[in-house]
Amino acid sequence: MQGWRTQKRVFATIATGPVLWLLLFFIIPLAVLWAYSFGRNVGLTEIEISGTFANYAKAIEPLYLQIFGKSIAVAALTTFICLIVGFPVALAITFATPKYKPWLLLGIMLPFWTNLLIRTYALMAVLRTEGYANQSLGSLWQLSSNARVVLGLQPLDAFEPLHLLYNNFAVVLGLVYVHLPFMVLPLYAALDRLDRSLIEASLDLGAGHFRTLLTIVAPLAAPGIISGVVITFVPALGAYLTPDLLGGTDSQMIANVIERQFKRANDWPFGSALSFMLMYATFIMIAWQAQRERKLMRTGTGIGPDVGVRA
Amino acid sequence: MMRRLRPAIAPLDYTRRWSMRLWVGLVMFFLYAPLVALMVFSFNDSRRNIVWRGFTTKYYDKVMHNDMLMEALGNSLTIAFFTTIISLVLGGLAAVMLWRFRFPWKTAVEGAMALPIVVPEICFGVAMLIFFAQIGWPTDMPWPFSLGAITIAHVTFCFPFVAMVVRSRLASFNREEEEAAKDLGASEWQAFRDVLLPHMKPGLIAGALLAFTMSLDDFVITFFTSGPNTITFPVKVYSMVRFSVTPEVNAASTLLIVLTVIMTSVALYFQNRMAQSGKGPA
Repeated sequence: MQGWRTQKRVFATIATGPVLWLLLFFIIPLAVLWAYSFGRNVGLTEIEISGTFANYAKAIEPLYLQIFGKSIAVAALTTFICLIVGFPVALAITFATPKYKPWLLLGIMLPFWTNLLIRTYALMAVLRTEGYANQSLGSLWQLSSNARVVLGLQPLDAFEPLHLLYNNFAVVLGLVYVHLPFMVLPLYAALDRLDRSLIEASLDLGAGHFRTLLTIVAPLAAPGIISGVVITFVPALGAYLTPDLLGGTDSQMIANVIERQFKRANDWPFGSALSFMLMYATFIMIAWQAQRERKLMRTGTGIGPDVGVRA
Repeated sequence: MMRRLRPAIAPLDYTRRWSMRLWVGLVMFFLYAPLVALMVFSFNDSRRNIVWRGFTTKYYDKVMHNDMLMEALGNSLTIAFFTTIISLVLGGLAAVMLWRFRFPWKTAVEGAMALPIVVPEICFGVAMLIFFAQIGWPTDMPWPFSLGAITIAHVTFCFPFVAMVVRSRLASFNREEEEAAKDLGASEWQAFRDVLLPHMKPGLIAGALLAFTMSLDDFVITFFTSGPNTITFPVKVYSMVRFSVTPEVNAASTLLIVLTVIMTSVALYFQNRMAQSGKGPA
């Protein structure tokens, strides 16, 4: 590490490109978006930046507040399911033999690298009325119906395909499907660093596996759990594609409303205000994570002597 | 009989418990079954996409002869190519800047550099839409230049990732090597080209593949920056998917999956090599 003054010309050569690009094509566009959120439509294409708060007032109307609340609820539910489903997987990867570990990790990471659109589309093919899920259920139904006939009972009624697509269930399932790796990877990173003798001690002293998990493993892995939660919650909250393709008319999330303001309703100032509210929500989450992490760092790795006494 | 020969399950052998195995197996099934079904049924000789009616590659043929889809794929690859080159230069420079220098506002610059990674895609997408509309970015340019707006947007969210990967590689660099080169008479540029750059190379390769896949895969941001003449592959597939589930889309998706898996495997290979060479003597 050296001061920039020692080699001003070298520093300038290196720094100009990235800093200028970031300023020009990231900071300025966001600043323009921010300015638009205080503007209003004048005529069809003209937008006047008048410093009005009308767009934010509109954004906290019950209709939009409800969509915001719903997005947060859907993202929270997604995060919770990912945590429940992902934790045992992360645990299994942590304690896997060196032979299987890289393959399990790759198995979790590979879908993460597959196109989001394609994964969502693959789920559509599974869930739709004549999709694989209904097809399999249908043949199971047929089988049990045949079995009943063999046993001399009345056959079952014809199979009614379930409506699995275009509803809130599909959205949450899709979000879990897409975001599961986001949860498993940080959990694994935290569990892998964990001191195993503590778990062994807990088991030796008579705590069951479940109790050990709750009182020893979970507090120790707290930083990983927190970062997994944030890394899952943030993109789930801003998800556009999943609710758009898998959701019905009542499962719109905040990103869909933003898209509509720009592509159809043509109310750019209002869309900008909604975008910034989504960004503020994101930043609050990240700030919360940073603050929790600092707190955990201060008290050691989350398991101080006080935790030991309580356990 | 066989059971007795195997050693008992140790308390921490979580992977040898059948409940854990079942759980991991179910999760893997959940993650892969839809994708495998999609790929398998792209070879199915039936429009209905459900019942297996025999092997065919005719949908791949159809995809290959779908001019709009192929044009979109060409656009996507062109954008990904230019995005990779620009991101590599900017990301590499940013990594060297943050690794080597102390300067005022460094924390702010570092934070701003991480921002494109955390800002929701939709917000960045609409910001780019407004930005290009505001500055009056010309939309009627000839072909490769017409992709400029999308490329700029892609570079902005790709180069911070490249910078991250390259910076972690630079952490294992021994500054004495560079000093030795300069003592022996190398200029600043020569020391960079002959000493620092070769050390950065695995990081740059991994970063390049990362940028290429991210650019190729992006839908949301492209959706807001693409015009009628600059459709990319994911945007085109999106418009097809909206209507129905068809074998053509399955075939097109399979092609993209295979392309990404190859790119990712190569990237992981280089990252692995990087990790291993990082452990050895510098």
